[in-house]
Amino acid sequence: MFPSPVPIYTDGSDAEDHVSSAFVIRHRKKRNIHHQTQLSLAANAIILAGVVCVWLQPCDLPSPQFTRDTLKGHSRPESSSRSAFLDQRDTLWMRSAGAWRDAGLHGLLDEITNSAEEVPRFLAVGSACVLALLRWASSFHGSLFPHLTLSSDEMVAEFSQMLDWSDSALRSFAWHPHTDKFAVALLDDSIRIYKSNSSATPTLKHRCQRSVCALQWKPLCGSALAVACQSCLLIWHVDPTSLSTRYCSNTSVSLSLSLSLSLSVSPITSIAWSPTGSLLVSASPVDTAMMVWDVAAESAVPLQRVGGGGVTYLSWSPDGSRLLAATPSALFRVWETRMWTCERWPCLKGSCQSACWSPDGGCLLLSMQGERVIYALTFSDLTGGSKAASVVADLSETSFPGPDGDLTVGGEVCSLSWDPRGERLAVLLKGDSQAVNHPSVIAVFKTRSSPVFELLPCGFVMGEAGAEPRFMQFHPHFQHGALLTVCWSDGRISHVPFYFSSAGLLGGDSPQQALASNTADHSSNKLYTEQIS
Amino acid sequence: MKCACARPNSHFIYFQVVIWRAVASIAWSVLLLPVTATVFVLLSRFSPFHPIQWISDCTSLLAASSTIFSLVVLCGVVLITGFFNLEFYTLVPSIPCSRMALLGTVLHPRQCVHSLVYCTMGMLVMWCASVTIGGRYSTLGTPCRQSQSGEVVTCLNEYHLFILLAGAFMGYSHSFLGVVQNMYYVSFQPIQQYKYPRFKGCLPMVVKCSVIQALYSARNFAAFYFFFGYAPKTWISSTLNLQIDSSLQPLDSLTGFLDFSLLYHLSISGTFLYLTWYLTVLLFRIYVTEVLKCEGFTVGYIKATDICVVPVLKMILMFLALQDLALLSQHSLSRRLEVFSLSQPGGHAHNWNAISRECLSLLSELTQRLVAHQDAIASNGRVKSQSASSDTRSASSSCSGKTPRLSVPLRTPGSVFKSSVGGANSALVAPFTPDVDSPFSSPAIRRLVGQQDPQSPCFGTVQSPHIMRRGPKLWSASTGSSRFSVIPLHGLETPVNSCSCHTLNCSAQVKSFLAKRVLIMYLFNKLPEASSQALFADSQAHIWALQGLSHLVAASFSEDQFGVVQTTLPNILSCLVVLLEAVDRHFKLPHASSKPVRTICSMGDSTYKTLRFALRAALKTAIYKITTTFGEHLNAVNISTEHRKRLQQFLEFKD
Repeated sequence: MFPSPVPIYTDGSDAEDHVSSAFVIRHRKKRNIHHQTQLSLAANAIILAGVVCVWLQPCDLPSPQFTRDTLKGHSRPESSSRSAFLDQRDTLWMRSAGAWRDAGLHGLLDEITNSAEEVPRFLAVGSACVLALLRWASSFHGSLFPHLTLSSDEMVAEFSQMLDWSDSALRSFAWHPHTDKFAVALLDDSIRIYKSNSSATPTLKHRCQRSVCALQWKPLCGSALAVACQSCLLIWHVDPTSLSTRYCSNTSVSLSLSLSLSLSVSPITSIAWSPTGSLLVSASPVDTAMMVWDVAAESAVPLQRVGGGGVTYLSWSPDGSRLLAATPSALFRVWETRMWTCERWPCLKGSCQSACWSPDGGCLLLSMQGERVIYALTFSDLTGGSKAASVVADLSETSFPGPDGDLTVGGEVCSLSWDPRGERLAVLLKGDSQAVNHPSVIAVFKTRSSPVFELLPCGFVMGEAGAEPRFMQFHPHFQHGALLTVCWSDGRISHVPFYFSSAGLLGGDSPQQALASNTADHSSNKLYTEQIS
Repeated sequence: MKCACARPNSHFIYFQVVIWRAVASIAWSVLLLPVTATVFVLLSRFSPFHPIQWISDCTSLLAASSTIFSLVVLCGVVLITGFFNLEFYTLVPSIPCSRMALLGTVLHPRQCVHSLVYCTMGMLVMWCASVTIGGRYSTLGTPCRQSQSGEVVTCLNEYHLFILLAGAFMGYSHSFLGVVQNMYYVSFQPIQQYKYPRFKGCLPMVVKCSVIQALYSARNFAAFYFFFGYAPKTWISSTLNLQIDSSLQPLDSLTGFLDFSLLYHLSISGTFLYLTWYLTVLLFRIYVTEVLKCEGFTVGYIKATDICVVPVLKMILMFLALQDLALLSQHSLSRRLEVFSLSQPGGHAHNWNAISRECLSLLSELTQRLVAHQDAIASNGRVKSQSASSDTRSASSSCSGKTPRLSVPLRTPGSVFKSSVGGANSALVAPFTPDVDSPFSSPAIRRLVGQQDPQSPCFGTVQSPHIMRRGPKLWSASTGSSRFSVIPLHGLETPVNSCSCHTLNCSAQVKSFLAKRVLIMYLFNKLPEASSQALFADSQAHIWALQGLSHLVAASFSEDQFGVVQTTLPNILSCLVVLLEAVDRHFKLPHASSKPVRTICSMGDSTYKTLRFALRAALKTAIYKITTTFGEHLNAVNISTEHRKRLQQFLEFKD
C-alpha cells in the first residue's frame, strides 16, 4: 500500500461535498495509481542509489551530538528536596502559608485537612468537603478531557513536537529564520546556540527554564528567542555580536501567564511568532485560552474558545494571514489573523498531531494521531477555500527490497515539514519497535502546487543503526535547494541537503538530483541509500 | 477619499466618529444595566435553604415600582458616567513626575468636581442598592422604642447611613484611583477583534477587578468608619432630629463589624457599583478604539493646522488614521496599490508623498524630542556644577521637545526645581507644571504658574512652560525641517534668557534650603522612569507610523509600478537610522531600561509604561523588514556612510 500519494483534483472533487465544514475523510481507492506510484518510487530509489556518495558539505554547519550521560536532568522537583532535611514542626500558620505558596488553594486545603487536630473541627471538615468537591470536579473535567489527568511533565512529553520527549537528550530545536544559527534545548534544561563558522556556543540557563517544550526565534530580529517552559514563557536576548558564552537571568524576560484564568501550573507546549515578528502566541493544553503577546510591551490578550480542552500546537502560516491551533480532542481551529475569528474543524477521530503550511499560506497539510494518511486543506481569500479536508497521501506499510532483506516502511505520520520553497515535503513515519525491519524513517516527497497539487515520492532518510529520527525541520533559507535538519534518538543533529534547481524554473519535469549526506562524521556515517540499495 | 474620514471638515468627522461611538457605548451600558441589576437582586436576597421562596421573592421584587425607579436612577448614573468618560478620556496618559505633581492633579479643581460627582453617584447607586436589598437597610429613619419612656420615636437607621457613606467613599476612591492608575487612558490592543468577542474576553477580567476593588474598598471603608463614623452619625441625627437607638449595637465598634450579613451586603453592593462603572468604561474603550473603516487613505489629510485648533479632539482621529495605515499596509493589497498610484492628470504620487511626509515628520519629531531630552540632561549636568547645590533630582528632568503641531495632550515631566523662569516662588508651583497641558488644566492654572500665554491661535491650548524655558536649547538640535515651530519659538527666547539670569542665584538657595526637609524631599523626589515614560507617552502613533511605513516600503519592492517609493527611500532610511540612534542613546540613560512593576488586577491600563520598549522593538523590526526585503539593493540607495554602516549590521542580523 505504500506510498500512494493521490493528487488532489481541485476542480471537480471539491465540488462534490460542499455539505458542511465537517472534516470528511475521503479515501480514494484507485488501484492503478497505486501501481504507478509504487513503480516510480522504486525507480527513484534506484536513481538515488546510483548517484550517491558525492560528499558535499552544504556549508559549515555544526552538527553536535549530545548523549544522555553527559547531561543531567533535574532528578526531582524543588519541593521534594524537603525530605532530605530534618522534619521540624512549624506552626499551622507557617505551614498553611507554605502550602499556599507551593501548591495554591489545593495545597492549603490539603494542609488544613491533614492537620485536623490543630484546627477547629468545622474548618477541617469544611476544607475536607471543599477538597473532595474540587477533586470530584477535576476528575469529572478529566473524564471529559483525559489529558488533564496527566502530570505536567507527561503532558509536555505527550504534546511536544519532539517524539519521545522525556527520553531524549534533545528537547527542542529551532533554526533562526534569517541566519545560519540554531538553538537546541537539552535534557539538563539548558539551551545552546550554534552558529556556522563559529566555535562559540552560548549557553542559556534560567531558574524558570524547566521542561522546555518549544523554541522559536523571533522573525525580523537578530537576537530574540522565545522559550516555552513549564511555568512561564521566556524571551532571551542573545546578542549576536557578544562573545559571552553564558547567559543567565538578566538578559531574559519572563512572561508569566498571570492573565491566564487557569488555577494550576500550566505547561506551555507551543509558541508561534507572527511572521512579521510583532506578536507571539502561546498555548497550553490545560488552558482553553491562547495568549497573544505583544512581547515588547509585555501585554497579552487572551483568545478563548470553549471546547477542545486546551491548545496543543500552534502554527502560523508563512504569509501571516492564518494560524492553526490544534486541541487535544478531535478538533482544531484555524484563526484568521486580521480580526481574529476562527473556523472550527472537527475531525472524525483523533487529534491533530502535526501540520505544516505551504509557503504561500494557501494550503495546510495535517496528520492525525494514529492515522497513516496526510490530509490537505486549502484556503483562499477569494473562494473561501475547501469545505473539507482531502486525503493527499496514504502512507500505510509497504515493503521494499533492501540489502539485508525486505524493509518495511510506513506507519503513523508523526511529523510534517515543508521546505520554504515549497518543493520538498518531509514526513516522519513511525516504525514498529517490535518488528525487525520496520524502523522509523523520514520519507521525502517532491511537491508541486500548480497547476494541481502533487506529491511525488523522492526517497527516504534513515539514521544509523539504532538511531531513529525524533524531530526535523527545514533550514529556512538554504541557497541551493533544501536542507533538512534531523534530530536523532542518539542525540545527534545532522543536516541532509537536497540540491536542486527550482522546479518552477525548469518546467518541473526534470529528474531532480537529490544527494543526501550526513555531515556529522564521515567515517562512522551511513547513508540511507546504502541501506536501501 | 471615498469615506467620511477623508473629508476636510474635521469637526464633522469628530462628531461622526467619536461622539457616535460614545453614544453607542453608553446605550449598550444602559441596556446591560437590567442584567447586572437582576444578578445583583438574586445575589442580595440569596438564601440557599429556601430556593423557591428566593426565586419568587426576586421575581416580585424585579417587577416592583421601587425597582423600576431605582433602574431609572441607575440609568442616570450610567449616562453621567458615560459623559465623564467622553470628557476625560485621553490617548496619551498623564504621567506625574513627582508625588507633588500627583497631589496637584488630585487637588485640581476639575478633579475635585469629578470626585464630588462620583461621590454623589456612589451614594445614589448605594441608595438604590439598599432599597433593593430592603429589610433593615431600606430607610434612613426607623421607628424605635425609647428605653426610658417606652414611646415610639423615629430613630436613625445606622445600616442605611453606613451603606450610603460606603457609596460616597467608593465613589471617591474610584475617582482618586482614576487619576493614580490613569483610568481614563485608552490604549489600543495589539490585535484587532470584533467588539463582541472583545467584550466577552474582557468581561471576566472586569468582574474580577470589580470584586477585588469592592473588597478592598469595603475593608478601607470599614476602617474609616471605625475611626470617623461617629461624626457623620451624630451630624445626621442632630440635623434631621433623629434619635440614636441605644438598644442596637453601634456599627463603629468591633462587635458591630462582626455582622457577616452587613459585610456581605456591603461587598455585593460595592461590586455592583464598581461593575456598573467599569462596564461603562470598558464599553467606551472598546468602541473608541475600534478600527476606523476607511476606503480611502487617511493620513495625509490630517494637516498640522487642523490639529492645532482643537488638539484633544483630533488626537483620536490621528491615532485612528495611523492605525488604519498600519493595517492597510499589512492586509490590503488594493489599498496599497492606491497608495502607490499616481494622480490622473499630472502624474504625481500625492498619496504616497502625503503619507510618507506625515509619517516622517512624526518620527523626526520624536527624534528631536529624544535629542532634546538628552541635551537637557547633559546641560543639567553643567548647571549643577555651577550652582553647587547637591540637587540630583533635576538631573533627569525632561522637557519633551515637541513640535506644537503634535504637542496635543502630551504631559511633560518637568523638573521640580527647574525654576529659571519664576524665581523663588515658582519652585513651589513648579510641581504643578507638568500637568499644565493636560485636559485637567485650565487657563487659570496656567496663569497661576506664571506662564505668558503667547496668544497665538495655534499655541494657546498646548503650550508648555518648558518649551519656553528651554526654547533655545530645544531647537538648537532641530534641523530646518521643523517648519512649524521655529518662528514662534524664537519670539519667546528673549524674555526667557533675561529672566533666568536674575533668578539663578535665588533658585539655587531655595533648592538647597528645601532639599534638607525630608517631607519635601519625599514629595518632590522625582519618580524614576517617569521622564522616560512621558517621553514615549504617545508612542503608539509612532509605532503605527513605523509599521505602516516599513510594510509599505517592503510591499513597494514588488507592487510599486511607478517607483514612487524609491524617491523617498533614502529619506526614510536615514530617518529610521537617526531615530534608532536616538532611541539607543535614550536607553543608556538611568532608569530608561528598567522594567515597570506589573499590576495584577486593575481597570487602569498600564500599557503606557512599556511603550518605549514596544517602540524600540517596532523600530528594529521596521528596519529589518526593509533590509530583508531589499537586501543587497540597499547598496544602491544614496545614504551617508555611517547610516550605510548601521544598515549593514541589520543586513547581517548583527543588531
